[in-house]
Amino acid sequence: MAFTLRVNGQTHTVDLPGDMPLLWVLRDGLNLTGTKYGCGVAACGACTVHVDGAPVQSCQLALADVDGEVTTIEGLGTPEAPAPIQQAWIEHQVAQCGYCQSGQIMAAAALLAETPAPSDAEIEAAMALNLCRCGTYSAIRAAIRAAAARLQEA
Amino acid sequence: MGRAARIARRTFLIGSAAVAGGVAFGVWHLHRPAPNPLTAEAGASLNPFVIVDQSGTTIITPRAEMGQGIHTTLAALVAEELDLAWEDVRVLHGPPAQAYYNSALLRGEWRYHPEGLSGWQSALADTLGRVGKVMQLQVTGGSTSTLDGFVRLRMAGAAAREALKAAAAERLGVPVAELATQDGNVIGPDGTVIAYGELAEAAARVDPPAVTLRSPEEWRFLGRSMPRVDMLAKATGTAEYALDVRLPGMRFATVRMNPHLGGEMTGFDPEPALAMPGVERVIDLGTGIAVVARTTWEAMQAAEAVSVEWGPAPYPDTTEDMFDSIAAAFDTRRNSRRRNDGDADAALADAGTVIEAEYRVPFLHHATMEPMGAAALFTGARLELWSGNQAPVLHAEKAAEAVGLDPDRIVLHTPMMGGGFGRRAETDFTVLAARIAAEMPGTPILLTWSREEDFSHGFFRPAAIARMRGTVAEGRVTAFDAKVAAPSVTRQAMQRMSGFAPPGPDQGHVEGLADQPYRFGAYRVEGYLADLAVPVGFWRAVGNSFNGFFHESFVDELAHAAGADPLAFRLAHLDDPAARGVLEAVAEMSGWDGETEAGTGRGVAMTRSFGTPVAQVVEVIDDEGWIRISRAWVACDVGLALDPGIIRQQMEGGLIYGLSAAAMEEITFAGGRVEQKNFPDHDALRITGAPEIAVRILESGQHMGGVGEPATPPAMPALANAVFDLTGERIRELPLSRRLRFVA
Ligand code: FES
Ligand code: FES
Repeated sequence: MAFTLRVNGQTHTVDLPGDMPLLWVLRDGLNLTGTKYGCGVAACGACTVHVDGAPVQSCQLALADVDGEVTTIEGLGTPEAPAPIQQAWIEHQVAQCGYCQSGQIMAAAALLAETPAPSDAEIEAAMALNLCRCGTYSAIRAAIRAAAARLQEA
Repeated sequence: MGRAARIARRTFLIGSAAVAGGVAFGVWHLHRPAPNPLTAEAGASLNPFVIVDQSGTTIITPRAEMGQGIHTTLAALVAEELDLAWEDVRVLHGPPAQAYYNSALLRGEWRYHPEGLSGWQSALADTLGRVGKVMQLQVTGGSTSTLDGFVRLRMAGAAAREALKAAAAERLGVPVAELATQDGNVIGPDGTVIAYGELAEAAARVDPPAVTLRSPEEWRFLGRSMPRVDMLAKATGTAEYALDVRLPGMRFATVRMNPHLGGEMTGFDPEPALAMPGVERVIDLGTGIAVVARTTWEAMQAAEAVSVEWGPAPYPDTTEDMFDSIAAAFDTRRNSRRRNDGDADAALADAGTVIEAEYRVPFLHHATMEPMGAAALFTGARLELWSGNQAPVLHAEKAAEAVGLDPDRIVLHTPMMGGGFGRRAETDFTVLAARIAAEMPGTPILLTWSREEDFSHGFFRPAAIARMRGTVAEGRVTAFDAKVAAPSVTRQAMQRMSGFAPPGPDQGHVEGLADQPYRFGAYRVEGYLADLAVPVGFWRAVGNSFNGFFHESFVDELAHAAGADPLAFRLAHLDDPAARGVLEAVAEMSGWDGETEAGTGRGVAMTRSFGTPVAQVVEVIDDEGWIRISRAWVACDVGLALDPGIIRQQMEGGLIYGLSAAAMEEITFAGGRVEQKNFPDHDALRITGAPEIAVRILESGQHMGGVGEPATPPAMPALANAVFDLTGERIRELPLSRRLRFVA
């Protein structure tokens, strides 16, 4: 059956099962491959996107239940115009393999939108769902702190 | 004379080969000519390394990017000599080719000695290097990439620069000596600026010029932390991994292979799956099935719906029985005695007290963040593959064999890898994608393993048992006697790769035990190979990953038996300056004084692997009955640090990988199947459990060591030693979470 959804400011109509997780609608239906599959069971955070600005694990949200504006890593910023959080990621050279980083960045962006000056404990709590097998955690902490500091200056 | 000069004399510089509108440069050893990798398909260039054409300069690197930052370092090697602007550096991973063979890997020569190799060492290294080529390895692994490219890539860059200058000299009518190069341009004596691209065609007609490499004092890129060439793409979700490949008309596939690894499939019923929406095919793969569907999710749902009868596994049913067969190896004929200093038997007999301990470590899964998978398109005459892999020549060969094509009919692309850690040296997932594609000629397919499939079909770090005996007297180790038993990674992997398992002593099996720089009164290390058909493979740091734990846990036990400070005790048994240097560095960084407050524990360990000694101090705190890894200090001596930023990343990543494994990771078996299915039953260290980390990079300049793996082995014993300091309990079995609760 056909569903209509808004992703990164565009309206899409897809003819896919209503119980298909948003993750796969994005990746295989809309070719938005920046959002990653890591576990499918809400245990890794690689699939994190925003729905109306809130972080959501897209492997857990059925297509039929999507109500709100979806933002993926592609909608957050682009190589030509990266978002401030992405710039912080580049400045702190966070990524190693990079596979987890779309999810990390989406989680961090949602945190800073909600809590512009997070404490270390708030950073850890917001990022605890996001696994990184390459062990980039110190750089993630540093990038989020730097992005938050820049928000304070602005 | 420096080694670079020595190599230069023995290498054949191939410059000035024409490509469409440009020129290519490369360097090969004269006595090891290898076919040009780019001629056949690309029809263009003789050179695996640097191509200059109208569109700019492209560096073809022979090594795959799996997160370790190697593209950045290899690009810097070329750019250093070629005088490119860093923003303009473009990097491509080359096609599989003999010319990329990794001579350093099999050579086992982890050190780059400016002067140091003796004649016989050189001869041996060269002979083994030739074996490496014969086997056509193009492997990203063994922490060898930088060593392998160190001379060749700089020479390629220098050759390109000189040829471009020669072309410019001719055009401007001035001597070459009056020309300079900067930011991708040749600059004339009057300030004329000519872009390399404009000179590329003319440079193709220049004879290969003689080149000398710049000295380290002149370096502008090497030795600095360069912005990673893959960072922008990875921060914007635009980096392409194999699972992101999308082609017109693509279908999405998944597999369900026998979870009794190596077992047969005795029957299956595809009907329930075929009745599901979006499902197009259920394919019989002999030892499992593939489902091809409109989307990956529909394929995964349908794969679960296929009812399958599985044949049994060729190994014991349970982890317990497996450990029994590993223990039984101690009663079989010894495979190796790679170290035997002094008279261990006499020293043990003379001593009043012999300290004895048995250690056990579990099977471990790589658990790369990106599950296994690959894209493939089969046309009947040709097979194109997109597979994140650590050994392209092998992957292409195995895929060719599987679909009945000659290897030269295969085009294999290596996209970014979502983690490798050794798992992607194995060819299983590439072969499966090829076989599925071969069933659907003309239709591109993308195979994605579910995380459950990924966990249950690994090539695991082997479980291992060590039996240690030791004696101390007057603060010194008088005997250190180690026996280790495990299934052999080397034999299994060689069997899979080449159909032949090398007999004789298995050096990899005892690496990390037999080759450590300590000096003990008597020092004996023996290896025993367990006969166990569980698939085992290269897991970050390989044998060092378990032997480092055994060695450095037992040294700690001996230090306590001697009543000595564990860090001072280690120093007392080391005269190797680099090994001493890293221990002294972590002592200073952590303010080590042998004292810790109540509720806090600290442990130290030092291992040397892949030519790089790494010392770590790990601190744990008791957080209301939970163990929290609070801080870690890391010092490494890489000899020559080409990119400190990337080395720091690898030190942190290697540490976290080791801490996570030691604290909470294991693969267990029941009924012949892996019990861990997904991250909920196999957690890993998260940001909440990750320590604050300080890293110091030392450069004693004596060698160039690897950086991707050496930080993993010391993390496990350093953590266990810290737990001992905190609790007074010596835990000799990993993971520690069997006995303690960790903050993940
Ligand atoms: S894929 Fe959604 S949390 Fe792992
Ligand atoms: S950067 Fe590789 S998993 Fe996070």
